[in-house]
Amino acid sequence: MMAKQGIRLSADVGGTFTDLVLEQGKTRWTSKVLTTPSRPEEGVLTGITKILGLAGKTIGEINTFVHGTTLATNAIIERRGAKTALITTDGFRDVVEIGTESRYDQYELALVRPKPLVERPFRFTVRERMDARGIELLPLSEEDVSAVAAEIKDAGIESVGVSFLHAYVNPAHEVRVGALLAELLPDVTVSLSHEVSPEIREYERTSTTLANAYVQPLISGYLKRLDDALRDLGFTGFLCLMTSGGGLSSVESARRFPVRLVESGPAGGSIFAAQIAALLNEPKVLAFDMGGTTAKVSLIHDFQSETVRSFEVDRAARFLKGSGLPLRIPVIEMVEIGAGGGSIAGLDLLKRVTVGPESASSVPGPACYGRGGTEATVTDADLVLGLIDPDAFAGGTIQLDVSKSKAAFEKTVGDQLSLDAEMSAYAVYEMVCENMASAARVHAVERGAVTSQHTVIAFGGAAPLHVARVADKIGANRVVVPPNAGVGSAVGFLAAPISYEVVRSGYQRLDSFDPEAANSLLDDIAAEIRGWVETAANGAPLVQKRVAYMRYMGQGHEIAVELPNAFLTANAANDFRDQFEAAYKILFKRVIPNAAIEVMAWSVSISTIPTLPDAIDPVELTDAPAATASKRFFDGRAGVAIEIPLYRRHELKPGQRFSGPAIVSEAETSTFVSDAFDAWIDAAGAIVMQRKQRQILSQTVEQAA
Amino acid sequence: MSREKLSLIDKQVLWNRLIAVVEEQAQTLQRTAFSTIVRESGDLAAGVFDTRGRMIAQAVTGTPGHINTMALNVGHVLAAHPAETMLDGDVYITNDPWLGTGHTNDFCITTPVFRNGAMVGLFACNCHLMDIGGVLGPNASTDLYMEGLIIPILKLVEAGVVNETLMAMIRTNTRLPVDTEGDVYAMISCNDVGYAGLNMMMDEYQLDSIEELSDHVIDTSREAVLANIRAMPFGTWHSEMWIDGYDEPLLLKCGVTISNDGINVDFTGSSPMVRNNINVPICYTLAYTSFGVGCIVAKGIPNNAGSLEPITVSSPEGTIMHAQKPAAVVSRHIVGISLPDLVFGALRQAVPERVPAEGAGCLWGVNAAGPRTSPTKYGDEFRVGVVTTGGMGALPFRDGLSATGYPSGVRGGPIEIFESMSTLVVWRKQYRQDSGGAGKYRGGLGQEIEVGNSIPEPFTYFASYERTKVAARGAAGGLDGEKGSLTLSTGEKLPGKGNYTIPVGTRIFVHSPGAGGHGNPLERDRDAVERDLELGLISAEAAEKLYGHKAFPSMAAE
Repeated sequence: MMAKQGIRLSADVGGTFTDLVLEQGKTRWTSKVLTTPSRPEEGVLTGITKILGLAGKTIGEINTFVHGTTLATNAIIERRGAKTALITTDGFRDVVEIGTESRYDQYELALVRPKPLVERPFRFTVRERMDARGIELLPLSEEDVSAVAAEIKDAGIESVGVSFLHAYVNPAHEVRVGALLAELLPDVTVSLSHEVSPEIREYERTSTTLANAYVQPLISGYLKRLDDALRDLGFTGFLCLMTSGGGLSSVESARRFPVRLVESGPAGGSIFAAQIAALLNEPKVLAFDMGGTTAKVSLIHDFQSETVRSFEVDRAARFLKGSGLPLRIPVIEMVEIGAGGGSIAGLDLLKRVTVGPESASSVPGPACYGRGGTEATVTDADLVLGLIDPDAFAGGTIQLDVSKSKAAFEKTVGDQLSLDAEMSAYAVYEMVCENMASAARVHAVERGAVTSQHTVIAFGGAAPLHVARVADKIGANRVVVPPNAGVGSAVGFLAAPISYEVVRSGYQRLDSFDPEAANSLLDDIAAEIRGWVETAANGAPLVQKRVAYMRYMGQGHEIAVELPNAFLTANAANDFRDQFEAAYKILFKRVIPNAAIEVMAWSVSISTIPTLPDAIDPVELTDAPAATASKRFFDGRAGVAIEIPLYRRHELKPGQRFSGPAIVSEAETSTFVSDAFDAWIDAAGAIVMQRKQRQILSQTVEQAA
Repeated sequence: MSREKLSLIDKQVLWNRLIAVVEEQAQTLQRTAFSTIVRESGDLAAGVFDTRGRMIAQAVTGTPGHINTMALNVGHVLAAHPAETMLDGDVYITNDPWLGTGHTNDFCITTPVFRNGAMVGLFACNCHLMDIGGVLGPNASTDLYMEGLIIPILKLVEAGVVNETLMAMIRTNTRLPVDTEGDVYAMISCNDVGYAGLNMMMDEYQLDSIEELSDHVIDTSREAVLANIRAMPFGTWHSEMWIDGYDEPLLLKCGVTISNDGINVDFTGSSPMVRNNINVPICYTLAYTSFGVGCIVAKGIPNNAGSLEPITVSSPEGTIMHAQKPAAVVSRHIVGISLPDLVFGALRQAVPERVPAEGAGCLWGVNAAGPRTSPTKYGDEFRVGVVTTGGMGALPFRDGLSATGYPSGVRGGPIEIFESMSTLVVWRKQYRQDSGGAGKYRGGLGQEIEVGNSIPEPFTYFASYERTKVAARGAAGGLDGEKGSLTLSTGEKLPGKGNYTIPVGTRIFVHSPGAGGHGNPLERDRDAVERDLELGLISAEAAEKLYGHKAFPSMAAE
């Protein structure tokens, strides 16, 4: 991102661990410390001291510090945000509670919905109204605003979200309310919907605006404390924040739009995978990130992750679509399911094996931790099958107890299905891999992609243990487990460009394309965001990307069509149609003749030029090294335990090739190479698994065993 | 080479795989469909079937009326076109209300899956198309032939070649030829996605057939539902419920028999078919009956031929629930989605601890049409609709959800989109105070919606509502929910069903119904009463009159 060759630091504050990465040129140091939830800056500062010590550097030498945090997400999930009020159009105070009026679970009569961030008594209304074209139907009642402001003051409200109908077309009333509140309530932070999320659909826009208002005082305070503390320690560099859309923002912009900080960790992971993809020159990649509680899958084509415009936070029924609060902001597209090392295994009503979404987290943790956990988890399954070394888990920090895992499997799965502990563990392993493979397949279908054409890049603590089986199930022929996979998100932060993106609704039909309206809307957005980016970029060259979201008239699915960075003329509509139809054909195999095309929204993003590493040369493959040891592995498919070779990752040299089944262990995790794959170490130190030829040519060859 | 026998673990893993495959199928349809109600509201079904036509898995996306009729439809396809006559690349179509989903707007598409030359299963889907010809307006038809094109079970694609004659017939008989053809292709493609997914699974597990798997899925699910049923008291319980009907109220009656073999619901004694289009083919009656019963006895069990099998319906021919051709049926959901409440009335006597009070039931869509400009130009008109709902019935242990569709899970849409597609202005859409029936547990609230026009022209409002004459009843001492209503700003009251011209300068007030409460309101937790009061969900008057709530003297003095 930066042209200067200085020292760069990143920190990813997660739920349990804070990961840090320090980089100077091609040298990289990494570190993990415990997160300090009540004052997260303490954990960050501890980590900084630790990693600086490790590298023998001082804080004054750091010229960029990239920071990502789950603080905003956790504040929403745990309802620890500010005391917040909503001001909205008269007649619409219940929009955020009525939502979509649907049930995310058909057969559940006692459905649970997420609690709104603002309860009804604090959802105030004022008389005002714009129509869908932005024409004022009812002037803003400033009398109402004053009365509401007085009530807000009396109630001790700290933050206010303002969301009026059709403010995305004509924000005049919101702007005026913003000005009035600045006078009447100078101590209260105000979020205006046309600034936070200028898109049509009142539920999503209001929900996003409230989430922004809800976390604003907290994030603003945190960032100020962190910034001050860093300056006190002698930090003179540039502090920036990772956003959900995969770009970096300045502290100033993060304090104004903190809702964009949610999902920053996963965005970093996706950038990490894109960097690896470039390094290996893999144009079609499926990034597979499996941690302690969830697994995430995203697609990376031509070394770029895709951004989408919405996602849900705080799902009441975990991971069930429709059970959370919608946020409409740019976010890296991915699917997340409740499958991680800590996911709890069990049986449902029909005695079918289930995994997650409940997680044993770190306390009490999986049964094998011996910290009082009695539920069998995915980590327990990995241990019982022989994939994890009980003496070397997490760098040897936790001694694992296999007997506790076995007892847990017998109790929760085995006894009812008449399976022994090892078969039960195999069933859980198979099921969690199946669930992740299914999520990946459905996600790929939604994006018009085919999983089997992708190389899988695995990172996150639990991914290397399961990726071979998942790849098998989705038909992928190659798997890559890069080095530093355990702190992938923080590594990704350092490769992120400074950028800002705004999506704004603006309806047009291509057959009556109005270039003036389009140009003026796009120029407005660009003018609005360029300032933000220029300040943060500090002179680095900028690029602009402009996109129109189009669809066949009346259809549900919108496709992003990139626009030229030039003044649009009436003729441009023809090019748009061609581009739209080309993209449509990739997704849906055919175009619809004679159907009109409409543009629903426009976006502009301005960013520094993202840098991708040059591809490395392929390594010369050499013969298998001698195994460090052999390991007892339970092969569930065959129903027998066998001995397989164990390698230590740091002892393997680039080019050394070996054949699965095998285990490669390292300080943080182990990689399982299944019998479907051969593996080697590439020039950058990644473990590359390649499907064995006979597996590709014929599905019917029986196992040699 | 084929595997001898699947292990239990394999069967369980493959079961999950099938559910994922049909989800891919449904997502494909929802993304590519043109029909607004399919893409915005998920009015569709998708599923995989074995060679005997038994549904093995269905997508979670979808509505009960579509899913549970699809379960039967594939059997009809196989009866008309036996498996041995099917070719790889064939696709079958029908919209016959009695073979499909109960009205002509839904197309049902079935695709057999072949592997090594043998048919190994079928994928089916159906969804709601916006127009298939026929008389305009939701209340206009009085026989089947006024409801548009009727397609018997025909081959739409034969061995990969589209029957262009049939496609031309379909195109020519709809007011929306481009959308309709697009929807048909979307349905064909979604089954293709299923076809590929099933073959990939069979590759991975080296299977020649899925019969062993379908036996496992269906047997396991059937036994699980039966085990739940067998834990219930056996016997027969009766209930009856009046609904608004069209010109006059209709009586719905049922007898629910719980036995060792399952649950049968018999509709003897219900009102006969009527002239207007709210008659229900028995397939749709079964769909919503088994859904209602399923909410009580099959929660957590995947929906498939096995879980559906223990629940049966019966009715003499000619009742409104067992309508005969050529009855008008296009609005069959009006009666159909009342069935869960009717069945709950009987089940409540057997298992009172599980069954909710009555809810709003019918969707309260805001549907309207009008000129785009003033003065008007012939042919330049908008037609818009947005799904809205009333309240859900209180449970014996919890308040009912407000403004939530049940039994139909169709999603509501944004007012901003509704307005951007029309000249109309929705001035109000919020909770309707005091509409939820009082009770120890309160019924869900309905909504108050107010619609006017921004241009000086009249517009047409299409109403097709229930519970305007008969309220959703409370249970176990809970009070009834407020009825729904339709009123003009002039004070004129309008019946719940009809097409109305709303004059210039006049607004229409649409009040959707609240649901019934459960238990004696005087037993309601006092904190809950105060909270409802604070949130404005009930008025001070209702708190005092219905809940016996006394404001604290100090508060009263303020």
